[in-house]
Amino acid sequence: MAVPAPLRVVEAGARVYRRTWRGSVISTFLNPVLFLLAMGVGLGTLVDEGRGNTELGIAYLTFLAPGLLAATAMQTGAGDASYPVMAGIKWRKTYHAALATPLGVRDLVLGHVGWVTVRLTFVTVVYAGVMTLFGATTVAEGLLAVPPAVLTGVAFAAAVTAYTANLQRETGLSTLFRFVIVPLFLFSGTFFPISQLPDAIEPAAYATPLWHGVSLCRNLALGLPFEVHPLLSVGYLGLWAGVGTWLSIRVMRRRLVV
Amino acid sequence: MPDPLVSARHLTKRFGDFTAVDDIDFDVRAGEAVGFLGPNGAGKSSTMRMIAAVSPVTEGELTVLGMDPAADGPKIRARLGVVPQEDNLDEELSVYENLLIYGRYFGMPKATIDERVRELLSFAQLEERRDSRVEPLSGGMKRRLTIARGLINQPDMLILDEPTTGLDPQARHLLWDRLYRLKQQGVTQIIPTHYMDEAEQLCDRLVIMDRGKIAAEGRPLDLILRYSTREVLELRFPVGTQERMAGRLEGLAKRTEVLPDRVLLYTDDADRTSVEVAERGIVPEATVSRRSTLEDVFLTLTGRSLVD
Repeated sequence: MAVPAPLRVVEAGARVYRRTWRGSVISTFLNPVLFLLAMGVGLGTLVDEGRGNTELGIAYLTFLAPGLLAATAMQTGAGDASYPVMAGIKWRKTYHAALATPLGVRDLVLGHVGWVTVRLTFVTVVYAGVMTLFGATTVAEGLLAVPPAVLTGVAFAAAVTAYTANLQRETGLSTLFRFVIVPLFLFSGTFFPISQLPDAIEPAAYATPLWHGVSLCRNLALGLPFEVHPLLSVGYLGLWAGVGTWLSIRVMRRRLVV
Repeated sequence: MPDPLVSARHLTKRFGDFTAVDDIDFDVRAGEAVGFLGPNGAGKSSTMRMIAAVSPVTEGELTVLGMDPAADGPKIRARLGVVPQEDNLDEELSVYENLLIYGRYFGMPKATIDERVRELLSFAQLEERRDSRVEPLSGGMKRRLTIARGLINQPDMLILDEPTTGLDPQARHLLWDRLYRLKQQGVTQIIPTHYMDEAEQLCDRLVIMDRGKIAAEGRPLDLILRYSTREVLELRFPVGTQERMAGRLEGLAKRTEVLPDRVLLYTDDADRTSVEVAERGIVPEATVSRRSTLEDVFLTLTGRSLVD
């Protein structure tokens, strides 16, 4: 029995990663260390000595870590769906090469999303390990936050793939990161509860997939009460992942099969 | 006669209002090497992409390996080798990894791929580069690797888009030799190119395309005899005097063509014509007598104006 077509693309992703992982080692291992040090420990000490102590009810480092896991998954998912996809379509044209084989656009997109899922699992497990080393969470708490973090990353990977597949130039990618990913990173409840946002903006935060990811990771890991039913959040992220993948196939087909 | 590997009837490809391939008919038979010649924008690439089952047919009929590309794309592609004009290798990976991943795309088991890679690396003279990264390899090596990659699945038919563009003469000749060996092994080849020497070297039969249509078709030698004369006499005159000189050359050749820098006389015996030119008391700055080439056929059929 031959390997199902999308899995062949996942395998190719893994083989490429085996060659190139050194380039991403900094972002994978060092970023959690730096962020948890600066924000969790450095800033956290101030927060814990101030109003945060009563309002959060837990150490700031513990509050921050699971949310940061979701936010990192978002960045990884979006990152893997941006420049690498552009390279496949336009720069290296490796997608064109793949489409000359029995693989079709659907196999290519499913395989790409599949591979990003594998990588997200790897990245978030490492991150959860660092969280534990910092004493932010226990091992069990850290691992509980991994599945929702992966789902968050996949939701972004799928949507950003569709976006990238539609771009003619790479400038659209820096725009995406500057005006979408970074603001989401800062204002979706990762660093502070969105109740701190101005009332006019607060409802918008609920619409962002990242808030749901942060909510799932944090509340599931720490056993805190959910503001929105967790299944609703899972469904919402699943919707982004599903619609994003479907759109990616459509857009990619229009782009590559002409 | 066995069924052709490729058969096109009224094949048409449109992009919006633009017709890239305009109602063409052709066949490619097993074991043949068929060249598709034409200036840029003639419709070669669009035709190739339809044959390779990566671009949908707009109108007309196309069968490839007895199948319909619209319905059986993956099955067709499983038996084709495609060597694109630009080497779309994964340059971060090694030579071996590029072949391995491609073989896996075809669903081949790793053991089969490894065996095949050994043969292909020897064929492509890349044995010593097996584990080198692709990026620093020379243009000729990358080209040979792309061709090796296109052969990983032991295809029944190979589509080679401009196989030797941008290569130095040594690399070209090596590649021509390799392609000739493939042909002797019975691999059918379709070769879109705009290099006449390449077409003459590699192809049994040529299809000349211009503006989406087929302008002519046949064996290289037959095309030369049909659309040109056996020989050509090229006469160079001082700039600005070509037209006046051409007038004095009337009646010496079957056809006379005035270029900005030369006058071409199409004749069956260039040396005799050269003597006749001298007898008229005409003394050109330089004279070249040569055989007609495919380039003469090509330029006669597709015109000399530049297509961008």
